[in-house]
Amino acid sequence: MATDERLPRPILEEDLHAFVDGLLEPERQREVQDYIDRRPEAAALVSRLSAQRQALRAAFSDIVNEPVPPRLNLQRLVEERPLPFERAPMWRIAAAVVLTLGLGGAGGWMARGASEETSAGIASLSREANTNYAVYASDTLRPVEIDGAHKSELVRWVSNRLKRPVPVPDLERSGFRLIGGRLVATEHGPAALFLYDDQKGIRLALLARPMAIQRNTPTMQRNNGPFGGYSWADDGLGYSVVGNEEAADLKPLADEVRHQVRLNLAGV
Amino acid sequence: MKHLINQIEPMIPALRRYARALLRDPELADDLVQDCLERVIRRWAQRRESEEPRQWAFAILHNLAIDSMRRRSRRGVHLAIDDVNENEMAVPGRQEDGLRHADLIRALEALPPDQRSVILLVSVENMTYAEAAKMLEIPLGTVMSRLSRGRERLQKALDGELSTPVRAAGAPALRRLK
Repeated sequence: MATDERLPRPILEEDLHAFVDGLLEPERQREVQDYIDRRPEAAALVSRLSAQRQALRAAFSDIVNEPVPPRLNLQRLVEERPLPFERAPMWRIAAAVVLTLGLGGAGGWMARGASEETSAGIASLSREANTNYAVYASDTLRPVEIDGAHKSELVRWVSNRLKRPVPVPDLERSGFRLIGGRLVATEHGPAALFLYDDQKGIRLALLARPMAIQRNTPTMQRNNGPFGGYSWADDGLGYSVVGNEEAADLKPLADEVRHQVRLNLAGV
Repeated sequence: MKHLINQIEPMIPALRRYARALLRDPELADDLVQDCLERVIRRWAQRRESEEPRQWAFAILHNLAIDSMRRRSRRGVHLAIDDVNENEMAVPGRQEDGLRHADLIRALEALPPDQRSVILLVSVENMTYAEAAKMLEIPLGTVMSRLSRGRERLQKALDGELSTPVRAAGAPALRRLK
């Protein structure tokens, strides 16, 4: 071991573990073997550790040879994965809602359409909400990019892209659970789309983008697409609620969202 | 999804083994594995490239197991050492290097979960120390000290030096990964 001038590296206790676990480089393996050969105490420890390791492996070895039960059939779990939108057949959705949340005050991209009310204001927001609803609320495979379990990650992402805090309203008390959300493109730049559903599969979505004009408006009913809805803006934040059949019921939800976002942005 | 199945399916027996070795109850262990697989499917696309699938899947399962153990200990529902049913582990009580499996499992059960999981990942799941450290999000030195302390404690329990097994109650707090 010490045939040259260098002092040999001392043997550490962890070398003995690594020896037992077969994790040493060949050269070190030989050094440790030499060490063990000359020290009965070390040899005894290694032998105990080795026996323990073998016993553990033997104790649990039968489990891997058991047939995997049907409920752990990965192929089937993939096929039957409970995507939120697959919980109810797509065409039996009683109503679906898009809530468009528009944000103003940040980003240079919005100035382009500022001179023309119809291309940048609440009407435009409603149209974009309709378009995004049509595309994403009907998506059975991947309606959202980040699921509701990663809400903070989602909020961080869209807030960064929209360059201001974008709160995600909690609509559990109204019976709607957050499915998740994603960043979407509009003619007026990036927007945040949040999707919700209730137990019957009724879907609700929330789209966020900054408002260059009409930065403060009352809640207005807008039916300028295939889906009806409500839109408004607060302090540069615009919102639009869009539904396909039961839009009349959306008003309380729109009110709830408006209320929550106001409170959230006021730091309450 | 084909990629997911190719990568994950071969791990399922080992995931079941790890879950059962940690939790002992086979039904509960498979519940956790199912939960784990469902999460793997949901999060597959969001997995970072740098995350090695095996460590990633084991980390998801580990977190579920830790959460489950915490819930059980909060409810005060745990079996006393003497109640351990050998059949629960589906392990025959044959002799092996002088250590009976049932004794070993009892002794393992008495270890703090932190030490138990490192011992299992290294000894049974063949993870390198670096892989275990990455999976558990702890420094390599912590892996080594848990391994060393855990193995020593396990040995003492098996040698009968610990007359009263040390329960998880007196053990360091469980650590859940982020």
